[in-house]
Amino acid sequence: MNQHLLIAPILIPFVAGAVMLLSDDRRRVARFWLSLASVLALLGIAVRLLVQAKGDVPGSEAVYRLGDWAAPMAITLVLDHLSAMMLLLTAVLALASLIYAKASWDRQGQHFFPLFQFLLMGLNGAFLTGDLFNLFVFFEVMLAASYGLLLHGSGRGRVRSGLHYIAINLAASLLFLLGVSLIYGVTGTLNMAHLASIIADVAPTDRPLLHLGLSLLGVAFLIKAGCWPLSFWLPPAYTAAAAPVGAIFAIMTKVGVYVILRLSMLFFGATAGASAGFGGTVLIGLGLATTAFAILGVLGSQGMGRIAAHSMILSSGTVLAVVGFAVTGGHGWMLAGALYYLVASTLATAILFMLVEPASRDDGGSAAILALTAEIYGADAVRNLDETPDRLVIPAGLAVLGCCFGLGVLALAGLPPLPGFVGKMVMIQGALADASLSPALTWSFIGLLLASGLATLIALSRIGIQTFWASEGDAPPVMALEIAPVILLIAMLGALSLHSEAVLRYTDRTAERLLDAPRYGPRPLPAATEVTP
Amino acid sequence: MELILSLAIGILSASGIWLLLRPRSFQVIIGLCLLSYAVNLFIFSMGRLTLGAPAIMPKGGFVDPSRYADPLPQALVLTAIVIGFATTALFLVVMIAARGFTGTDHVDGKEGGPQ
Repeated sequence: MNQHLLIAPILIPFVAGAVMLLSDDRRRVARFWLSLASVLALLGIAVRLLVQAKGDVPGSEAVYRLGDWAAPMAITLVLDHLSAMMLLLTAVLALASLIYAKASWDRQGQHFFPLFQFLLMGLNGAFLTGDLFNLFVFFEVMLAASYGLLLHGSGRGRVRSGLHYIAINLAASLLFLLGVSLIYGVTGTLNMAHLASIIADVAPTDRPLLHLGLSLLGVAFLIKAGCWPLSFWLPPAYTAAAAPVGAIFAIMTKVGVYVILRLSMLFFGATAGASAGFGGTVLIGLGLATTAFAILGVLGSQGMGRIAAHSMILSSGTVLAVVGFAVTGGHGWMLAGALYYLVASTLATAILFMLVEPASRDDGGSAAILALTAEIYGADAVRNLDETPDRLVIPAGLAVLGCCFGLGVLALAGLPPLPGFVGKMVMIQGALADASLSPALTWSFIGLLLASGLATLIALSRIGIQTFWASEGDAPPVMALEIAPVILLIAMLGALSLHSEAVLRYTDRTAERLLDAPRYGPRPLPAATEVTP
Repeated sequence: MELILSLAIGILSASGIWLLLRPRSFQVIIGLCLLSYAVNLFIFSMGRLTLGAPAIMPKGGFVDPSRYADPLPQALVLTAIVIGFATTALFLVVMIAARGFTGTDHVDGKEGGPQ
């Protein structure tokens, strides 16, 4: 039983989504409860897997071989510290945006809940898989669901940015396929652990081809991570998406970052022979450029949605730069800080995405949106609106919104006591402690990190003053279902900073495991030597 | 054969990239199709080029793998074709929706710039 737990994060949303598709789309209440049950189950399993990964008993590597084939042949699922952490982050975000969607968003279009479940399936699969082609498949599952979710609610803006989003992602998927097939052509395997173990022995004449394949793969993931200059699709698409969709999309850019981190640590780590350190300086440069671009973007944006999208790029850029430092032989402590920061900033940007719509809603709140929906979907939506008198409007809505916004800003800008501060401090500490880095790079990284906090603070205080203090007329109604998930996420941020020592110990172990590439995946590799071409 | 295959892949991807960068949504989708054909051929060629060799080995006993084609790229290309087909169909639907919303087939939803 216990060993099959590893595939549950993929199977549960898959089954839940498939069952939902069998029922009528108008049975939204039943669909919501099924989704909630699925997400709660995912949360429970993610916690259980995290504890298992943390226990780290030698000899009990959490490797799940699909179909029980021998190691390099089978498609494997691998659980380690990093994937357990990302699974938990996904489950928390999913719970929050699912509750948020219940407020009114699920009625704006069709099949919100099944698409949401398939998105979770793709995300969990991408975090767990130990095989490059399988990663492609899970990526496509995730992307196909995200296309539907991005277009949820329809409307001119969403369709137009959805068109760009799909075109970019289709092109990126083609690059991904090119990279994967080149790697297979050179090495004859797509199993990540197997690849990591043979990468040092690749013939010198083949190595440029292998590097080309891995770089193509890297470009595909940099597009998804929103790395400058491949990030121009991101702000329009994420701003146009419905609020709960934007919140769960906060983790989507992090999938790109996750794969870059995972693959660079596996293939270009210290044991990779002539490939060690490949692409590290490029990643540092791109990460720093992304951070600088996002600082300008945050300062130059007028709407809260665009600021939220640019802060997402900002956190991607920061983590990418640290990955670059780690590849070139940087300090594990810096990576630990970056992982901590990744969790904190993902939660904080999700909060911001959730606050955009309630804060900027003017007349009649979501009723106006629903009326618009009624035009598109006929009278059905209007009847649905009348049928739901259960929407609870909380008192002093604007004040509560303002407080949540303020806390979100503190977390994003990296001010104490929220965890953004701890993450940034640890990253700076790690950068300073590491003598092997060039001082110019270290100081530009530290400078950009501090400048990004300042820029976020300036931009968000400006928009906050406009929205919450200088707003005219009646305060918009705020629904309890919309504010509850925001408070849940803020509570998570609070818990993260209260227990930052324990979390940092965990991320430090994660970084240690990542820097030690041979410990990943199925070990020892049976039949590994026979299949080497 | 190597030359013909690489020429085919090269021409397909060059035309695909050129069309992908054009402003009309029809050109974009044809470009994406051509690119995905090029990629599929490329994946296929990564299993090395063999003539008349089956991909499935008989059961039992020792078989000489050099007399068989590599089955893995064939499986990969099949998956890639299916996924590419589905996402292209979805893209087509979004394109038609965008045409309906904006009244133009320009990818930015409004006319402008060189045609």
